[in-house]
Amino acid sequence: MAKNDVKLIGAWPSPFVLRARIALNVKSVEYEFLQETLEPKSELLLRSNPVHKKIPVLLHNDKPICESLIIVEYIDEAWASGPSILPSDPYERAIARFWAAYVDERWFPAMKGILGAQDDAARMAAVGQVTEGLVLLEEAFQKISKGKSFFGGDHIGYLDIAFGGFLAWIRVTEGMGGIKLLNETKTPGLLKWAEKFAADPAVKDVLPETQKLAEFSKIIIAKLRAAAAAKAK
Amino acid sequence: MGGVKLVATTQSFFCTRVQWALKLKGVEYEFIEEDLRNKSPILLKYNPVYKKVPVLVHHDTPIAESLVILEYIDETWKENPLLPQDPCDRAAARFWAKFADEKVVFGVWTACTMEGEGKEKAIEAALESLAHLEKQIEGKKFFGGEQIGYLDLVLGWIPHWLNTMEEVGGMKLLEAEKFPCLIEWGQNFIHTPLIKECIPPREKLIEYLTASLSYLRSLAAKKP
Repeated sequence: MAKNDVKLIGAWPSPFVLRARIALNVKSVEYEFLQETLEPKSELLLRSNPVHKKIPVLLHNDKPICESLIIVEYIDEAWASGPSILPSDPYERAIARFWAAYVDERWFPAMKGILGAQDDAARMAAVGQVTEGLVLLEEAFQKISKGKSFFGGDHIGYLDIAFGGFLAWIRVTEGMGGIKLLNETKTPGLLKWAEKFAADPAVKDVLPETQKLAEFSKIIIAKLRAAAAAKAK
Repeated sequence: MGGVKLVATTQSFFCTRVQWALKLKGVEYEFIEEDLRNKSPILLKYNPVYKKVPVLVHHDTPIAESLVILEYIDETWKENPLLPQDPCDRAAARFWAKFADEKVVFGVWTACTMEGEGKEKAIEAALESLAHLEKQIEGKKFFGGEQIGYLDLVLGWIPHWLNTMEEVGGMKLLEAEKFPCLIEWGQNFIHTPLIKECIPPREKLIEYLTASLSYLRSLAAKKP
């Protein structure tokens, strides 16, 4: 019964789905992973997330929870006896939520800008924006981690999960463009953080392999470029 | 528990929702009115990332982003809880708050600012997003149940700001036959004394929205 109580509708390349998987792993929750091909979207997905029709969707005793960061908070609250994902102090929680929202609203669109760039000039501009964002996140990391390994301190927490979901995509983007988004000069803290995050027990078995993701990314890039070209017309 | 300041504007409903939360919790605060056309050093210091209002400053520590601020207020001052207790209900409230800010606000504002062909399509999209909210409020007095809660505060712009946007944008969205429950909720909400005392005067809001609209349209006209 325990395993069937929790299902996650998702797909292995998605950084948003990854967030949910890592959170479930932190809490040692057994779950059934329902892989979506997304073409077409399954009946279950359409029924469970009729508003957005997107992954991830967590199904807990058949009740759907949607939106990755909301799922992560839900997991933290529903399995309260496990290790904490959000900090306990209200101010620290606010800071974690602020930066997670920043990652989604500002930083991630800039990342998509790199992958969807039509030409070198557009790509350079997007890389510039992403780098600016990473410098802000580096500053935040230095303040929040207080010298420890993770945003969450000694253990991975909400902001590690929110940002770390994108780690494999960061590596793919670096490989594609021959650039180092995380580097010693501008983001020394995040560079070290990335290694530790990737090696964390809750992360290492679910983080997509860079090579496999790079192959998959060709499909995404084609879609993003087509969308950008259609917009430009 | 003193030392609470709110850097905000009277017209912005993102700011008003924070005022409502503070009042519901009985928290005293200093309101610092910001002029967004001439941003103060205080705002730039307290919100360097976005340079936007609202910013809550508690014991000289700033917190930005209205939804983040609402949760901070709920966790810091425990009386009159804003979010429900049950994790599933909390997730639902957060889901609809995100939906409201990303789709409904954006949809309504787009319908307001668009002219010509695009306007009809924008209105349709806005109506679709509002229909989800109508469904959610059916059978309930407030989104929070019997009492005003988090989601009521997040959607609280609808009873006052929305009809002003309709007037300024030359469109009708909230029709009585299509949205009877949402309209009734809006009236219950906006006539609650604590809520009513924070809303900006209608004429000032119309002035502000009209100016914003002209500015945005002039920018659009300049684009090739």
